[in-house]
Amino acid sequence: MFGPLICKPGSSKSNKTGSWRVERRPKFLQKNCIGCRMCLVICPEVCIEGEGKNTYKFDPDFCKGCGNCAAVCPKQDIEMVKEEN
Amino acid sequence: MKEFVEGSHAVAEIVRLCKPGVISAYPITPQTHIVEDLAQFVSDGKLAAQAVNVESEHSAASVVLGASATGVRSYTATSSQGLFYMFEVLFNISGLRLPVVMTCAARAVSAPINIWNDHQDAVSLRDSGWIQLHAEDIQEAVDLHLIAYKLAENKSVMLPVMVCMDGFILTHGIETVDIPEQAQVDSFLPPYVAPYKLDPAAPITMGPLVDPDYYMETRYAMQETHKQVLELIPGITAEFAKTFGRQYNGLVEGYHIEDAERVIVAIGSVCGTVKEVIDEFRAKGKKIGLLKVSCLRPFPAQQIYDALKGAAKVAVIDRALSIGSTAPLASEVKAAFFGKKKAPSVISSFVVGLGGRDITKDSIREVVKLLNGRERNGEFIDLKPELLKESYE
Repeated sequence: MFGPLICKPGSSKSNKTGSWRVERRPKFLQKNCIGCRMCLVICPEVCIEGEGKNTYKFDPDFCKGCGNCAAVCPKQDIEMVKEEN
Repeated sequence: MKEFVEGSHAVAEIVRLCKPGVISAYPITPQTHIVEDLAQFVSDGKLAAQAVNVESEHSAASVVLGASATGVRSYTATSSQGLFYMFEVLFNISGLRLPVVMTCAARAVSAPINIWNDHQDAVSLRDSGWIQLHAEDIQEAVDLHLIAYKLAENKSVMLPVMVCMDGFILTHGIETVDIPEQAQVDSFLPPYVAPYKLDPAAPITMGPLVDPDYYMETRYAMQETHKQVLELIPGITAEFAKTFGRQYNGLVEGYHIEDAERVIVAIGSVCGTVKEVIDEFRAKGKKIGLLKVSCLRPFPAQQIYDALKGAAKVAVIDRALSIGSTAPLASEVKAAFFGKKKAPSVISSFVVGLGGRDITKDSIREVVKLLNGRERNGEFIDLKPELLKESYE
């Protein structure tokens, strides 16, 4: 007898970690962004996209609200704001 | 072909005949000769395996885990501290349902450091999910490796098997051993075809994070598979007998047990000594028998119950402890009788031969003598009270 041990790769895509988010989410101001990609690189859920200045955004389906992107942004162009209900 | 060989060499020979693709181990007494011989076979071109040198047992176990996950028959061997250094990886191998076979040259554990034989290392792994088979002599150790691969790779089993043989007594002892021909081994043990494997061409994920919604089922499945293994082993040993001509029960084996009033239950090489003592008693008309437990995991509780239910008194010999509680084998033998109407009036527990202390015929005679009296719980045989003191001073 076997239990659930094996699955197809990429299963983390079906696990919408955005449901874990409580109270706070990032807000990308897109004003002073220099396109350094630090937010994209540090995101543990790899849910930030963008190419060039003031283009970065996050995917709320996967963002856990950790705030790393806001903390790392050298231009303070990402704010953590209260979750909209 | 019959050869007069050292136990470790005989095991290396049979592992070579099983054609593993990957071997990885780290030297530790008394297991070392096995992997030394295997490394020699590889370098001499007698075995087309990859022998992976590693810096520790933790890595050795990890290498065979990875190799087995890619669908390759894999082998490792260790003892004592080495087995314990593998500990977490061993649970991963069984949890991932990988049919690795390992030889455990059973040895005492530290501290104090002791390289000699008892069963504490193997027995401490009894909750790990590994199937655990124990050999009485070198021939059985050889044969159990064939049975181990056959069992492990059975598509409905897919669990690792630990073949335990008493360190030094069997690994360094020399016996006449029948080493089978390659053609016989090949007919009994066809090449391993993994039902699932890591392959970049057809990717799967093995052992992903399993949250509370899924974890219990993985453990339940292992528990159920162990129950199935109890039913599968007799079929495999029957097939073994047909191919190689040697008969094993695989779970428990009786010696003069049919009419025995008093029965000794034991594991491993001590069974040979017990048989000699039984022969002496039988010559004097005393109805004493032996029940050898060949398979510690899964534990053949029903078979033990059936074999012992007619006996008046039972003595269980343990060569390991569960410190703070009843000795491991005794505890499980007793549990097999819980709630049953037919049971021996006495199930006494004896601890013998820890850290390589010789188990002589006198040791066994002492067990038989004490079995006549009140029930004993973990009575140490051949203890030296003069070495014990109440304080550090």
